[in-house]
Amino acid sequence: MSQQEIEVILARHLAEYLALPVFIVDPAGGLLFFNEPAESILGQRFEETGPMPASEWSTVFTPLDLDGRPLEPEQLPLMIALADRRPAYRLFLIRGLDGDLRKIEVVAFPLIGQADRFLGALALFRELPG
Amino acid sequence: MKIRLWGTRGSLASPGPDTVRYGGNTSCVSVEGPEGTLLVLDAGTGIRCLGLELPADIRRVNILLTHLHMDHLQGLPFFAPLRRPGVEVHIWGPAGTTSDLGSRVKRYLSPPLFPVSVREISMNLNFHESSGDSFEIDEFAVETRLVLHPNPTIGYRISSGGRSMAYLPDHEPALGAPRFPPPREWTSGFELAEGADVLIHDSQYTDREYEDRIGFGHSSIAHAFQFAGLTGARRFVPFHHDPSHSDDKLDAIISEAVERYKPAFEMVPGKEGLRIEI
Repeated sequence: MSQQEIEVILARHLAEYLALPVFIVDPAGGLLFFNEPAESILGQRFEETGPMPASEWSTVFTPLDLDGRPLEPEQLPLMIALADRRPAYRLFLIRGLDGDLRKIEVVAFPLIGQADRFLGALALFRELPG
Repeated sequence: MKIRLWGTRGSLASPGPDTVRYGGNTSCVSVEGPEGTLLVLDAGTGIRCLGLELPADIRRVNILLTHLHMDHLQGLPFFAPLRRPGVEVHIWGPAGTTSDLGSRVKRYLSPPLFPVSVREISMNLNFHESSGDSFEIDEFAVETRLVLHPNPTIGYRISSGGRSMAYLPDHEPALGAPRFPPPREWTSGFELAEGADVLIHDSQYTDREYEDRIGFGHSSIAHAFQFAGLTGARRFVPFHHDPSHSDDKLDAIISEAVERYKPAFEMVPGKEGLRIEI
């Protein structure tokens, strides 16, 4: 397994210290890491899921719009940050691996490192009541 | 591949009777290939003595900078080949976020930080930025990766004829890691050092000193030994010694670490003048 880029290592270290839920993906959208606060929203520990391709995590976590309709992967802030390389925000519902439905808001931004290397994206979550 | 250490000290040159054996010059290492190509790793104060020993008819010099902190650059204007007409000087180093490598080096080599400008020293300077790619210099294959250290900093892996050496003189892979060492793929510098015949690595602090200097960009001797063990390097050279550490103190620090970790790899203390052939 190849080593992660240094900016991604630093992002993970930061995420491990933050009380905010954080989700990090590679340039192809593959899940690299989510921190402990994110585990309560996603319904599973990272040690249990491990890395996952985008096609897997974007459906496993079942994102829905506020009317309960399924969201396509490309409508998710993380995928927008990856595709357009710009920050993105959305309020939506997510059914975690524990089966519970939660309302969350997500801010995602692209990880662009030294010498303009595109390294993936990072999302910050917040769970809302109700 | 012939490796020679011309400066092993970190942060600040520290000549004196207490640093005679490990040396007082700051980072500089030469690597000579089987076909005679010379690479110079960093331009700390040790580069001055290297310059005095190079043949007068040398036509090209390759200097590979890890970063631009003063202890890795201060010797550059005192490197004799720079002043010789007709000598082609190639300098590699990390890209910056707002200005290019050449501009940043020239900022140091200009008043008021230095009395003369770079044009007065050498007319034939060629700058090459590298922050995570691979390139060749004659018989050498060179790989670079950004590593954990304040400001853009790269490490090098240099290979030739099936042999390799890794050079990470300023490196804090333990920074922010909840556990050390973390898994390989989440360890800064791992790919550069993996299975290297020789690993020259930052070992600046004792464990106690490190507690007060987290984030300064350097490793404790314990972290350096653990990193070397993780990478599977065959020979480990502790390097970038703290300027406050005397020869006797370094002997004690290193021997205690060997006793504690009982490494499977060979450990060779990084002393000025050390020669290693691989």
